[in-house]
Amino acid sequence: MSTEGTYYVPDQSKLPIFAATGMGVMAYGAASWVLEGGSSTIFLIGSLIMAAVLYKWWSIVIDENMRGLASPQLKHSYVLGMLWFIFSEVMFFACFFGALFYVRVLVNSWIGGEAAVGWFDDTPTDAAAANAQHLWPGYEAAWPPMITPDQAVNGDAAQFKGPDQNMSFPGWDRILHWLPLWNTLVLITSSVTVHIAHTALKDDNRKKFNTWLGITVALGIFFLFLQVEEYIEAYQHMGLTLESGIYGTTFFMLTGFHGMHVTLGTVMLLIQWIRGLKGHFTHDDQFGFEAASWYWHFVDVVWVGLFLFVYVLA
Amino acid sequence: MAHGPATLADGWGKYISRWVFTTNHKDIGTLYLWFSFAMFIMGGAFAMIIRAELFQPGMQLIKPEFFNQMTTMHGLVMVFGAIMPAFVGLANWLIPMMIGAPDMALPRMNNLSFWILPFAFAILTSTLFMEGGGPNFGWTFYAPLSTTYAPDTVNYFIFGVHIMGASSIMGSINIIATVMNMRAPGMTYMKMPLFVWTWVITAFLLVAVMPVLAGAVTMMLMDINFGTSFFDAAGGGDPVLFQHVFWFFGHPEVYIIILPAFGVVSQIIPTFSRKPLFGYSSMVYATAAIAFLSFVVWAHHMFTVGMPIAGELYFMYATMLIAVPTGVKVFNWITTMYRGSLTFETPMLFSIAFVILFTFGGFTGMMLSIAAADMQYHDTYFVVAHFHYVMVAGAVFSGTAAVYYWLPKWCGKMYDETMGKVQFWIAFIGFNITFMPQHFLGLAGMPRRYADYGLQFADWNMVSSIGAFMYGGAQILFLFNVIRTIGWGKPTDDPKVWEGAEGLEWTLPTPAPYHTFSTPPKVK
Repeated sequence: MSTEGTYYVPDQSKLPIFAATGMGVMAYGAASWVLEGGSSTIFLIGSLIMAAVLYKWWSIVIDENMRGLASPQLKHSYVLGMLWFIFSEVMFFACFFGALFYVRVLVNSWIGGEAAVGWFDDTPTDAAAANAQHLWPGYEAAWPPMITPDQAVNGDAAQFKGPDQNMSFPGWDRILHWLPLWNTLVLITSSVTVHIAHTALKDDNRKKFNTWLGITVALGIFFLFLQVEEYIEAYQHMGLTLESGIYGTTFFMLTGFHGMHVTLGTVMLLIQWIRGLKGHFTHDDQFGFEAASWYWHFVDVVWVGLFLFVYVLA
Repeated sequence: MAHGPATLADGWGKYISRWVFTTNHKDIGTLYLWFSFAMFIMGGAFAMIIRAELFQPGMQLIKPEFFNQMTTMHGLVMVFGAIMPAFVGLANWLIPMMIGAPDMALPRMNNLSFWILPFAFAILTSTLFMEGGGPNFGWTFYAPLSTTYAPDTVNYFIFGVHIMGASSIMGSINIIATVMNMRAPGMTYMKMPLFVWTWVITAFLLVAVMPVLAGAVTMMLMDINFGTSFFDAAGGGDPVLFQHVFWFFGHPEVYIIILPAFGVVSQIIPTFSRKPLFGYSSMVYATAAIAFLSFVVWAHHMFTVGMPIAGELYFMYATMLIAVPTGVKVFNWITTMYRGSLTFETPMLFSIAFVILFTFGGFTGMMLSIAAADMQYHDTYFVVAHFHYVMVAGAVFSGTAAVYYWLPKWCGKMYDETMGKVQFWIAFIGFNITFMPQHFLGLAGMPRRYADYGLQFADWNMVSSIGAFMYGGAQILFLFNVIRTIGWGKPTDDPKVWEGAEGLEWTLPTPAPYHTFSTPPKVK
């Protein structure tokens, strides 16, 4: 790709400094909020600044595009920006998946005194056995761990207590009551519907585009509804909370961050839907929608990983 | 866009709003560089406090608690506030001029990336004045020191790191988009100056690992405030998990710091050798190889933590492999100088010192990579000496060289060569007096990060402190020389500035106009 001599370099802009201020206030506010007796006021002020800036920022970018300022080369910069942003999100999830694998495969059996110190030889060494005997006697490695090492040693006095039930596959007889399966179906369907919407837009079939994008947004909201149901179930009936040892930790952090990304993706798609209703996009100029749909596919792929490693293979 | 940038003559209001609202890559580059120098002075002041306390055994000036905050803040400020922004500043100034682009690909985001930093570091340093003091757990913030035993202010540190990471990711995406999308016609990838190559690979590393750092501090946040047990074995987690996550970020991070330095030196040495860079393509492949290896060697920072023996062996051998591409680079720099018409202006002096001292730091790195021997070296002053040879004589020396080299192009005025050379020799000698003895201290068993030490370490510590004050003094001279150049330097309008300089940035008028390459140049 080469410079074509018409690259649009925007003049001075007030947006970034307000965005930086919003982020600074949010960060400071969040840090003081989590302290004991902290208040959420500063954080909320920061969030409001940020929301206003983002609204304004994207309005301006959309307006520039409608006025024809965005050359094909500039649009390609936006494409690259979005793709590399998604890559950074992939690495964020990789971090939490990595933590899950490390804990499941290595730490769990080390604490239980099962594994050897070497990978070439899996007979327990004296060191591993002694480790288990002295540090966490009575803890047996298992996944999902229903009791924590703390509980194995200290019983009811333990600070960390395992869950009463876990979220793993409940058996074929109860499979239709297993929420994660429904969640998977909903999200995969939504990836298909957003693709149908994309094809419709390329064919200039606006009505079909609006309909299928609307369905995608509805499916996104439905997924979030099911996810909230699952959390309520976990907290109220299954004794499964953030504090239920490493299982609760990894379960809620992975599904929670995924849920936050679904929320973001749903908002993105909703905005594109509203733009579609207002008549934005043409069959060959639809970056806002495409970016949101890439993000949606990414969120979908992450869920498939979650479904496999958090729910099924347990 | 037709009007020029506001100057002080237009009044303070317009002048300040120029810098705050700017979308110009040169303005933003300047902001980055000045911010980084301010942080360098602050981090340097922390280092001076550390060295003053360690001048003699026993507690002299400050309390141990404050000493811990100083070692932590020195590391954080220097890595994230001084060195990284310095190279982002150079990238902003130079990449568009080197590839013939009108500006960075996403100019408004570019401004946002910069202006997050003052907020992030205001939040971070404000903790020093809060109840409980600032972060005191070392710049590597290992759990449980940084979780169970941390002061309450750790939450400010966590969110400060979060927005700083957002700044880095946005800055890197911008650099990648610029290099991939904004090159002038004919500027193929394998014609790009090496500085551009090293930066685009660095940007890739940043986009890959800054989110992992965000993950690490998020896990800390949850463990501290919300009862999770990532780093607590009682709940089934593992404090060693923290070290794995941190170093998966941390090892690529050290290449994020050094790769742009490689790029700078690869621009400067050919100029003053009056020869093209030897082995250009092997330099590119070596940079890529180093970047790849940086992802698969992280646990060599953790040899003493209790890993399976297979892990120790793998990480030892993988780490040693890095010496191969790095050796390629060092030999290429030397071969570039071989039979060249060398002159020794200040940028060249710093670059040659870079090659020598960086290689020295690389060799101590080889010593540390031997897992069995590392049991003795781990967490001693030997490690401190090793990474200061690559961070200071590596990154900071090359940054200084870059400022002297491109400053005449930026502002159209020459710096004072004598003062530059005096600064170089004070810095070079001061640096070696500071850090060479720390190898001996470390091998003799002095642990790092302690506020006090046994009497047997007294002599070399005193020597080290004297060198540190010398090195600190050289930086004041540097600041003075830069300000003097910008204000009162001898004007020059020679586009090339240096006789042997090659590259698109030297085809532009001197000083470089506010907007360059509005129409792209043709590259043959």
